[in-house]
Amino acid sequence: MNVQSLPMLRFINHLGETVEPLPAWANNETLVTFYQDMVLSRTYDNKAVALQRTGKLGTYPSHLGAEAFGIGIGHALQPSDVLIPYYRDMPAMWVRGIPMEKNLQYWGGDERGSDFTPSEDVHCHDLPFCVPIATQCTHAVGVAAALKIEGAHKAALVTCGDGATSKGDFLESINCAGAWNLPLVFVINNNQWAISVPRALQCAADFLSEKARGAGMNGVTVDGNDAVAVHDCVLAALDKARKGKGPTLIEAVSYRLSDHTTADDASRYRSDDELQQAWQYEPIQRLKLYLTNIGAWSDEQEQAWLQECKSLVEAAVDNYTNLVPQAPESAFDYLYESPPAELNAQRDELIHKVMRMQGGHHG
Amino acid sequence: MAEITLVEAVNLALHHEMDCDKNVVVLGEDVGDNGGVFRATVGLKEKFGLRRVIDSPLAEALIGGVAVGMASQGLRPVAEFQFQGFVFPALEHLMCHAARMRNRTRGRLTCPAVFRAPFGGGIHAPEHHSESVEALFAHIPGFKVVIPSSPQRAYGLLLASIRSNDPVMFFEPKRIYRTVKSNVIDNGEALPLDTCFTLRKGRDITLVTWGACVVESLQAAQELSNQGISVEVIDLASIKPIDMNTIIKSLEKTGRLLVVHEASRTCGVGAEILARVSESAMCILKAPPKRVTGMDTIMPYYRNEDYFMIQEQDIIQAARELVEGWK
Repeated sequence: MNVQSLPMLRFINHLGETVEPLPAWANNETLVTFYQDMVLSRTYDNKAVALQRTGKLGTYPSHLGAEAFGIGIGHALQPSDVLIPYYRDMPAMWVRGIPMEKNLQYWGGDERGSDFTPSEDVHCHDLPFCVPIATQCTHAVGVAAALKIEGAHKAALVTCGDGATSKGDFLESINCAGAWNLPLVFVINNNQWAISVPRALQCAADFLSEKARGAGMNGVTVDGNDAVAVHDCVLAALDKARKGKGPTLIEAVSYRLSDHTTADDASRYRSDDELQQAWQYEPIQRLKLYLTNIGAWSDEQEQAWLQECKSLVEAAVDNYTNLVPQAPESAFDYLYESPPAELNAQRDELIHKVMRMQGGHHG
Repeated sequence: MAEITLVEAVNLALHHEMDCDKNVVVLGEDVGDNGGVFRATVGLKEKFGLRRVIDSPLAEALIGGVAVGMASQGLRPVAEFQFQGFVFPALEHLMCHAARMRNRTRGRLTCPAVFRAPFGGGIHAPEHHSESVEALFAHIPGFKVVIPSSPQRAYGLLLASIRSNDPVMFFEPKRIYRTVKSNVIDNGEALPLDTCFTLRKGRDITLVTWGACVVESLQAAQELSNQGISVEVIDLASIKPIDMNTIIKSLEKTGRLLVVHEASRTCGVGAEILARVSESAMCILKAPPKRVTGMDTIMPYYRNEDYFMIQEQDIIQAARELVEGWK
């Protein structure tokens, strides 16, 4: 079955044609920005995978095919909102102002990758990547409850994959968000695969958004390859949340064009035919076609932007590569606000071990 | 100043801290109108309102995760699990998130949350209501684990736990929730979270214990004193970090170590204390250290429960063996 043929909210189809009148916010300038950000996300993603293949990055989860998802979400959030991401959400985090090298740092085995902020004078309350599946949904309930207690007109947004909707944490979270009428938006990146397990084996419902019904909230399914649809829907849900009108569950239907991570080989469990078909619907080409057709984007602009993306990514990679590693004993320094005395002996033990392993040249 | 029970002292500390710090919120099952199944949160909803005293859906994983999310935004959640035996759905949130948030973000976000749960046997409760699994949590890097054993220490240690900028597992010995009464001054003074408390001075044996076993340990010490054996009784109180200094200092005097805990023996906190003593103070010991602990069995249902609880006589016997030599 071609999931793209299911009924869902869509403005621009895979041929770059508008199938619904575009929302008022969707002017050419905004859509060009979306397009540029999506191209940059993909340029970054290709580079990150290449870095992993050449041993310069650890296991990395590609977001190939999730560009509309991330960019659409990222631009819908206000700086004062709180994003609770799952591990494939680099594009949304980048739009939030988190530098690309922070993502490289995280997947490159350095905890400082989650010590991020969009600018030096801002304390960022966004949560770090969440690896244990769906657990971030319960944290999002806590974040949204905190925002509600604070009485601020702010919203929280949490993302997860289709596999996560099978977990108790997800169900407990949507249930509670409904019961507490929280300013919270759940967005599922339904990319059809949870490593090797296809969507049909996760749940018998036609749409994952149907789960909203049991939680007493609105659920919508949108074309996750259409940045306009994702953005429009998230925008409305966040607005509703900030006004105290409760949570929303959004299912964005996309396709994981990559392996699960660089440690995975998807050719073991899915057909090349299916993958090739999915590429017909991917998010970037359709927006390019649309913008080109209406004269808002040209070949010259495309070439210039690709060049710019390359420079931006190279600069991020340079920043990542030039980072001074953390001292190994830093593992002790952030465990508690002030480390208990009993840890000091272990810290010294580690420092001596490091000196031994580094041939006595530990600074 | 009034004589109050341990559970009333918990309630008093919650009232005090919610009054002083508007970031303190209480959440859990039945903590609102019902005031908690043991009444630890009684009166809080009336005083501080629904926004800060939150009845959660019946979902323990959710309670754990919600506390992590709240704490990340600057609140100080005090989450109640009705019984320690029901904490396990939340273990992923406690272990993989609460205990790691500071480290994972290099201090950008923290988890100043307290996770309270009554623990231990001896009240003839149904299955899953009598566990003592403090060692599980002491094994997790990033946590503090605290067990009070008197109304004063429940008050002072809970205040300290709420004020701690790191996550604290706060396990309350429910068997003595209402059996011990004492004067507690509601002056907002916290007790240290890294120190044990010497409850009785002695020169022959250092008895280290915590939780409800403190009661039988003190009774045994009194009886042993009548028999001419002088026992120093130390309430560990802080299960993690362990205050080894006080224990070793006592051992320098007594040379004999007896650890008493209700939890199972294998990999219990007693094993850790014995290991540390043998690593750093083996030479000052006059006898091999001893443990009086719960059995490595599943806690039996209540008809046979009493046989599995630590009795005063168990402690007296072990103490006598320590002093009179071993075979």
